[in-house]
Amino acid sequence: MSKRLFVKGNEAAAMGAVEAGCRYYFGYPITPQSDIPEYLSRELPKLNGEFIQAESEIGAINMLLGASACGVRAMTSSSSPGISLKQEGISYMAGAELPGVIINISRSGPGLGGIDASQSDYFQSVKGGGHGGYHIPVLAPNSVQEMYDLTMHAFDLADLYRTPVMLLGDSVIGQMKEALIPNARPARELPGKEWAVRGKSGAEQRVVKSLFLGDGELEAHNWRLHAKYQVMKEKECISEEYETADARLIVTGFGSVARIAHTAVTMAREEGMKVSLFRPVTLFPFPEKAIAEAAGRAGKVLVVELNTGQMVEDVRLSVGAAAQVSFYGRPPGAGSLPSPEELLEVIRKHYDDTAR
Amino acid sequence: MQQVFKRPESLKDVQTHFCPGCHHGTIHRLVADAMDLYGVQDKTIGVASVGCSVFLYGYFDIDVVEAPHGRAPAVATGVKRAKPDNFVFTYQGDGDLAAIGTAEIIHAANRGEDITVVFVNNTTYGMTGGQMAPTTLVGQKTSTSPYGRDKSKDGSPIRMAELMAQLGGVAYSARVAVDSPKHVLEAKKVMREAFGYQAEGKGFSFVEVLSSCPTNWGMNPLKANARVGEEMIPYFPLGIFKKEEA
Ligand SMILES: Cc1ncc(C[n+]2csc(CCOP(=O)(O)OP(=O)(O)O)c2C)c(N)n1
Ligand code: SF4
Ligand SMILES: [Mg+2]
Repeated sequence: MSKRLFVKGNEAAAMGAVEAGCRYYFGYPITPQSDIPEYLSRELPKLNGEFIQAESEIGAINMLLGASACGVRAMTSSSSPGISLKQEGISYMAGAELPGVIINISRSGPGLGGIDASQSDYFQSVKGGGHGGYHIPVLAPNSVQEMYDLTMHAFDLADLYRTPVMLLGDSVIGQMKEALIPNARPARELPGKEWAVRGKSGAEQRVVKSLFLGDGELEAHNWRLHAKYQVMKEKECISEEYETADARLIVTGFGSVARIAHTAVTMAREEGMKVSLFRPVTLFPFPEKAIAEAAGRAGKVLVVELNTGQMVEDVRLSVGAAAQVSFYGRPPGAGSLPSPEELLEVIRKHYDDTAR
Repeated sequence: MQQVFKRPESLKDVQTHFCPGCHHGTIHRLVADAMDLYGVQDKTIGVASVGCSVFLYGYFDIDVVEAPHGRAPAVATGVKRAKPDNFVFTYQGDGDLAAIGTAEIIHAANRGEDITVVFVNNTTYGMTGGQMAPTTLVGQKTSTSPYGRDKSKDGSPIRMAELMAQLGGVAYSARVAVDSPKHVLEAKKVMREAFGYQAEGKGFSFVEVLSSCPTNWGMNPLKANARVGEEMIPYFPLGIFKKEEA
């Protein structure tokens, strides 16, 4: 049944959205994610869906808010500067507990920065870039296949937890072409949407809001959201481990850089070094337990990121005193992508330390 | 005995939080009256904005989505696209619609979204304590224009109903006031007409309502009511600026 396709990561995400039943897309052009709106502007009208090129990212996220409040599956996508503009709406959606998927094919900053692959928006994505102390699940695909699969997963998480969900990639993941097997949408049992506005229809009034002024109401709301985040931490962590059983050094990174690190780790193995790869797929919830266990066994962790050090903070918090954590970063910009050989060199340095 | 006056069905039987002499209450009533006329209460989704009218859901017995400040037209766009058979309106103040939400209102209007926008112009930011709004009249003193609005520095008050009429997607645009029984009756007719445009699928309709804010104008309700006719109407003329027959 499943055929093999050869498509770009961005297209795969758009295809995954359609397969997940998303029929509403709102966006504003920005490189390097424009393949997503381009694909959906072509496909959604054929499916009786709606595509709107909004006046801005602010317009787009609020259209998503409105559609989502009606209970339909809807999505937006953008890249770093556009995500900054969407943070207001994401915070309102988190507050009103509205599902919705936001794809962030991030680029380099700060400011206008550049369009190169970058992971400098880990903090913005993972730590709740908008106001109010919320969290949203953040998924970090590292292949075209995962762009497809995780987009479908994002819609399920969004409905299950009534929360916006972000997919965080970069131009490497969004622009590269790879084989894709378009698997069918997973059959996950999801709750009904009895909260969605529909026009009263003679029944109880429904209100979608994030303003809570009653005595104690907002505090209770915050504790409830907190409890929801705890459930996500318990149930929704995803990570991938490669050869961690006998490892003396664990290399970890997410998304695009994990692809390069994977090659470097394979090369290191060929040289006889007991090196492994740990790749967080969910950045929130961060796979704290899994990485702590792997790190505890190895005693040493090397974090690699395309920035000056962001995820490393979560690794340190997770690992605590169980392992020594070091960092290697390449902040974004043209020509800043490390080669596997470069990472192998870094691995050698840290592995030698381990041997001593 | 014949009943000649009653609360519209679409309004809840509750007291509002509006200050004495505030026109928001009257305007709520006119909106509810129009909803009742077309019998759309049960299929209406209201979009509340940020301002003194944020508690829309407390007064209207309809489904409501609360929008971030200025974003109501974008939220309403998402709602209407997802639910084309529902009746959708926004209710926004002048700070909300004509300052922070300028991009959203212009583009929702220009796309010709099939929604109705009720725009309450009280020449100030009521909820935050009477700061200068994009509609504050030249010379008007507010808490952030203590020497009066200075045209050379603050620009001129924006006439939104006229601006809306310029946009291709707008089917209906009008300005009304509710400072006298005569004006209220006219406003009622216009509100009904605007809602009728959506009820008949004729496109985007816009009603600007001149409104009082006695509290932040530093006036008693009577003086504030009189100011609407004396100062606002001369600059913001009442009338229908666009009425597309289709
Ligand atoms: C992004 C953002 N900026 C500022 C505010 C604060 N704020 C709340 S209401 C308001 C102005 C409301 O004025 P208007 O829209 O004229 O409504 P009114 O209260 O006069 O009816 C402002 C600035 C906010 N809530 N959000
Ligand atoms: S502050 Fe002004 S606009 Fe707000 S309720 Fe009071 S009178 Fe009305
Ligand atoms: Mg106002």
